[in-house]
Amino acid sequence: MNGGFQSPRAPLLLSIYASLVYAFLYFPIVVLVVYSFNGSGVGGFPPAHWTLDWYRQLFGDGALWEAVWNSVIVAVVAVTIALGLGLPAALALERTNFPGKALFRRLVLLPLILPGIITGLSLLMLFVAVGMKLSLVTITLGHGTALISVATTEIFAGLQKLERAQEEASLDLGANHWKTFWRVTFPNLRVALIAAGLLIFTLSLDEIAVSFFLIGRANTLPLEIWSRLRRGITPEINAISTLILVFSIAMILLWYRLRTRLQHAEEARAPLVPASIEGETA
Amino acid sequence: MYSRAYKASVTIPPLLWVTVFLLIPYAILFCYSFWSVSPAQVIVHNWNLQDYLQLARNPIYVHVLLRSMRIAASVTVFALLLGYPLAYYLSFHAAKRKDLLYQLVIIPLWASYLVRGYAWKTILGSDGVLNGFLQYLHITHKPVAFFLYSPFAVVITLTHIYTPFTLLPIYASLEHIPRNLVEASHDLGSSPWSTFRRVILPLSLPGVLAGATFAFVLTLGDFLAPLLVGGPSGIMISNVVVSLFGAAYNWPLGAAISFCMMLLVVTLLFITERLEKRLAVS
Repeated sequence: MNGGFQSPRAPLLLSIYASLVYAFLYFPIVVLVVYSFNGSGVGGFPPAHWTLDWYRQLFGDGALWEAVWNSVIVAVVAVTIALGLGLPAALALERTNFPGKALFRRLVLLPLILPGIITGLSLLMLFVAVGMKLSLVTITLGHGTALISVATTEIFAGLQKLERAQEEASLDLGANHWKTFWRVTFPNLRVALIAAGLLIFTLSLDEIAVSFFLIGRANTLPLEIWSRLRRGITPEINAISTLILVFSIAMILLWYRLRTRLQHAEEARAPLVPASIEGETA
Repeated sequence: MYSRAYKASVTIPPLLWVTVFLLIPYAILFCYSFWSVSPAQVIVHNWNLQDYLQLARNPIYVHVLLRSMRIAASVTVFALLLGYPLAYYLSFHAAKRKDLLYQLVIIPLWASYLVRGYAWKTILGSDGVLNGFLQYLHITHKPVAFFLYSPFAVVITLTHIYTPFTLLPIYASLEHIPRNLVEASHDLGSSPWSTFRRVILPLSLPGVLAGATFAFVLTLGDFLAPLLVGGPSGIMISNVVVSLFGAAYNWPLGAAISFCMMLLVVTLLFITERLEKRLAVS
């Protein structure tokens, strides 16, 4: 972003400290992965009897794969809901002015910062009030609602990076806003939409705080793992966790690459909210 | 310039969805907080302030709330202590590795909450990796019990989870500091330390504030880490809410606590947003 000035060399202490922080961030992840190959259980030191048994056990575990499948369905629908509503919300916030815009922005973005328990509980009360049975449908609605916020910030950032000139040319040449949107804006926004979709898919797949309150009979993957944790832990959970991590990391990196590919287009204008973190806002 | 129909079509669908799935649920939650549960375990719609009075009178709730705020404050402090130097290192000293190192922060930001919480459970447990390691080195001879099921475990787990959330707004604000200001300070003979203290630190305060708010608010609302690693002494306010909505069956009281939490969070956000704006201006 602001190339040019970089201090010649990092003070030694700072470099060491930075490495220690990375070590702290990655230490649990490494332990988790290592012990997924440990024949003698989830704890103890040193790990011994390297084995793939836990993965073998995992692949024969029907209940777990059913939960994976449930999670995938939930995530796909949640992505559709979040993008379907996040796109118009981002267009409204980035391109138009209307009374109550500030309030609208706050409301849409609230689930980003509000602890999941509040979103989960208030949705639970809504579903009870209208007599809707808890199921994967209620979980999906919860994920969709909570993740509109992520979709909006991501698409908003994408819109900021688009060249306006093309849109203006289209309007000058007589196309109306609809036509301009479908012929110019939307095609240019495709990468941003795919990137946002990947991120939302991953977040939905991992979501537990909102789902916790909206769960019916069928479990999503995180809730299936959660219920197993209560019965006692085995390295099989390390194994499935490792697979989840590998998948999540791949998706996050893909999202990040797509997102930064857009960056060269233009210096970002003012973010949606001051001091916003990547796709996250206060 | 945008037609009425266009504006309506980008604002109304998200607005409608958010009203149905966020605003109305919050309103229902608010209503619940004035109701009560009869001795026969039925929710009675008699409007009064009983639940709120009970919260104020019963020292248990105040006690747990204070503990939650203490835990949230500790996590905030630790996340800042870990996050700020790393953000500073990334922004000023990472040079060519900046992009790679940045991605290494993004990964634990979005990667599965549950998986990382579970990893800490396997590390801190009495048969866990840490105890195994200490006994292996003959530092201890019996498992140290306080690692797991204590407020300490909750603080370390949540610090791990929320440090990236804290780091990103700080990093964003450091990136926005014009580098010529830093150079000018150097050229005018300031030592690196006084440049940091008098130029960089004040300009990065909005990011610090945003990051601290993230850590505090998200920790305050967390109920999963206490269940995973907290034990009875690590119970937080959200766990009380969860039990009131579950076995203890007192939704109205749970709703009253949730509403207080929501009020606290929204007030905090309001204050920090104001402060951020003021810091950014001055």
